[in-house]
Amino acid sequence: MPRQRLVVIGNGMAGMRTVEESLALAPGHFDITVFGGEAQPNYDRIMLSPLLAGGKSFADIVLNDYDWYAANNIRLIAGEHVDWVDRKNRLVRGAKGSEVPYDMLLLATGSNPFVLPIPGADKAGVLTFRTVADVEDMLAVVKQGTKTVVIGGGLLGLEAAHGLNLRGADVTVIHLMPTLMERQLDASAAHLLERALTRRGMTILTATETAAFEGDEAITAVRLKHGTRIPAELVVMAVGIRPNAGLARAIGLECNRGVLVDDWMRTSDPAIFAIGECVEHNGQVFGLVAPIWDMAKIAAKTMVGAPAPGFTPVASVTRLKVSGVDMVSAGAFMGDATTDDIVLRDAARGIYKRLVLRENRIVGMVCIGDASDAAWHFQLMKDETDIEAFRDTLIFGPVSDDAADPDAAVLALPDSAEICGCNGVCKGAITASITAFGLTTVDAVRAKTKASSSCGSCTGLVEALLKSALGAAYAPVAVKPMCACTTLAHDEVRRRITGGALKTIPAVMQALEWHTPDGCAACRPALNYYLICAWPGEYVDDAQSRFVNERMHANIQKDGTFSVVPRMWGGLTNSRELRAIADVVDKYSIPEVKITGGQRIDMLGVKREDLTAVWRDLNAAGLVSGHAYGKALRTVKTCVGSEWCRFGTQNSTAMGVALERMSWGSWTPHKFKMAVSGCPRNCAESSIKDFGVIATDAGWDLMVGGNGGIKLRGTDMLCKVTTDAEVMEYCAAFMQLYREEARYLERTAPWIERVGIAYVRQRIVDDHAGRGDLASRFHHAQRFAQFDPWAEQSTGPEPAQYSHVAELV
Amino acid sequence: MDGMMAEAAFIDIGGLDDIPLRGARTVATAHGTIAIFRTGDDAVFALRDSCPHRGGPISHGIVHGHGVTCPLHGWVISLESGAAVGEDAPCIARFRTRIEGSRILLDIAGPITTA
Repeated sequence: MPRQRLVVIGNGMAGMRTVEESLALAPGHFDITVFGGEAQPNYDRIMLSPLLAGGKSFADIVLNDYDWYAANNIRLIAGEHVDWVDRKNRLVRGAKGSEVPYDMLLLATGSNPFVLPIPGADKAGVLTFRTVADVEDMLAVVKQGTKTVVIGGGLLGLEAAHGLNLRGADVTVIHLMPTLMERQLDASAAHLLERALTRRGMTILTATETAAFEGDEAITAVRLKHGTRIPAELVVMAVGIRPNAGLARAIGLECNRGVLVDDWMRTSDPAIFAIGECVEHNGQVFGLVAPIWDMAKIAAKTMVGAPAPGFTPVASVTRLKVSGVDMVSAGAFMGDATTDDIVLRDAARGIYKRLVLRENRIVGMVCIGDASDAAWHFQLMKDETDIEAFRDTLIFGPVSDDAADPDAAVLALPDSAEICGCNGVCKGAITASITAFGLTTVDAVRAKTKASSSCGSCTGLVEALLKSALGAAYAPVAVKPMCACTTLAHDEVRRRITGGALKTIPAVMQALEWHTPDGCAACRPALNYYLICAWPGEYVDDAQSRFVNERMHANIQKDGTFSVVPRMWGGLTNSRELRAIADVVDKYSIPEVKITGGQRIDMLGVKREDLTAVWRDLNAAGLVSGHAYGKALRTVKTCVGSEWCRFGTQNSTAMGVALERMSWGSWTPHKFKMAVSGCPRNCAESSIKDFGVIATDAGWDLMVGGNGGIKLRGTDMLCKVTTDAEVMEYCAAFMQLYREEARYLERTAPWIERVGIAYVRQRIVDDHAGRGDLASRFHHAQRFAQFDPWAEQSTGPEPAQYSHVAELV
Repeated sequence: MDGMMAEAAFIDIGGLDDIPLRGARTVATAHGTIAIFRTGDDAVFALRDSCPHRGGPISHGIVHGHGVTCPLHGWVISLESGAAVGEDAPCIARFRTRIEGSRILLDIAGPITTA
């Protein structure tokens, strides 16, 4: 029998989830063609906000990459809209001329952002927030201080506002209703949210209506109904979505607000199914993932001819994080005359929880600031459990004996209980996959079911399920914990910091269940670094979690004095700088001066109480901190190059200065050293540096992973490039890859030995788009890293750490 | 505490807020430099600012729990006892402190004797 031809219109989450379900049920049943209007593979639209914020790259949010389509013999026609379906001849026509016949058609066209009919809505700089292209448009405009107005204080609007705020924009949110997110939050919770967002530097205007957008061609201001003008260079409209049923309507399918479907996702044409945000079922349209995953399952079964129970939308829970604030809302959270409430408030900590009860059953809930018990409360609500027996303690979460053993608590959950909130995976799906595919590791479960593959907070639950399924045969992959304060390894901790949007050291220790109250001297500096790297511009550095040198901005010596090394760009200096150094040495009686291996001048034996005065004098001559004390960019060593040397082929000194200007101030997992040599004689010793550059007649050789320390390691060749701009870009990308993926205190040499130079080449050399993304993340982070700590410490009042608190002699 | 303390000499050395949380400051005294620690739970400890290993300034270490890690070679010192955890070395001399309101008082009569 020839295979049935399935054409899917819409390459989004709903359509591809249906395809995945059908492949799992009946591999090879269909010959599949997918049309996607966007020129990308299927990505996680929920993750557009971190993409906008810079916490994720596009590669991170791809759900099905091109290899997946190829591996499953799916023909993907990306970047071509479908403008007609010939239902009589069963033919799909694309806008660029593709014609594909079908036996079965699946419409998964999603939704469109609602554009307010306000004068001026077509001006340049007025955008919506729905696609990767929208995010790219915003990123093209937004800079530090860009005046930005987000219209819509609902879920989508606040996600956009949060991302733009992290990018440094000056964000005002305009919301028509009196409180934010009124569809998910009651007034008390909305108030806490508003307070949290205001603290993040956003301006929130509620009960405010937009009248017009002003400007010639491009937007310059937003005018409000009551007359106020708010200057704006960028406007993001995020007031809602509506089903994209235009095609369905045009080809004569029955539509109302969305494409009408029955309980099995069939449209009025029996050969055409529809699913996701474009459909209307029993008068209801859908925007959250949980019901759409249910639809995908039912549609896939029906399409391959398997029996399926009809679709009934179940109570779903909205769980989200805005600005790192946890929020959950479900059911009839507003309550009415027939309900009563249990409320817990801790305003100082920003926590508010409210359970809405009717006849001793939870019918609605809303909480903000702490969502740790939300899954339990939601399960009680779904199961309509009578809570009378434990009503007194209900609000505090499951404090029974069961809770003492978290594994037992997981096993007691019904199969329908949701384990992974990010990807909507329930317990039954995980246990079934473990059995069906013989899965034995958390990674295998992640690959098969997607459970715990996003924020990772449910990893423990997945492990408990593996343990119970495999018994003694379950051998968790042995990992070396970061330190005695946790059982988690460095990589897992990092994963959860970014995935779980953890943004402070206490938040990490709380969420990851640290064993100690405030860590130790090993984990605190590591966490401080991981947080700086994950949340540039947002994370507030914790000086008390820094090793003394990075806290004092000088190197401690064996007698408790410090050494001071000013930056000399590319190893260049001049008489003015040397004179200033000589004066400082005399004035503060500095006992020793030495040239370092990195071509800088080191003043040794500076007393703690003299540090700020020494820096003030050096600053006055234009000298800044050389970061010789940091897990940071140290020095760029150079040879004299073609300007003077009779062998030199390129201007290595200028290149060294440019590299140092680009990369100074950046924090790295361990110290990071560079060198640039002007010819293959390699006088700057580039081949034992973290990033070494050697000039050739044709351009530059880029070398990485060298180390002249205890364990000598020569560099690996990364690649050859021809232009100066390429040297800069590859360097930025390499530093960022190292910053994001190496473990704290791991130099580039052992890191490359661990991951392999082939991997580094693939990320930096082969993946052009990925290299660009890495480099731009590096430059973004540098915007918040390039300041001279010496100037900061030595102007204004003397920071406490440089003097005694009291002198009693 | 008892009659033995008659000669105690508590002197106001500064406010609690002058010491960073999970950090330390120093006081110059006739007994040498004394490090005043403030831990995450707001407890205050005073120890001579000298690691029993090589004399490192423990006031510059990372403070965690009721301990501090010496910045020179990573020895961990218990702030409660002055002992170097897991090392065979003498304890660091400790000094009495008292909190009055938001002020810190240090007994500069001499170190606590553990006889």
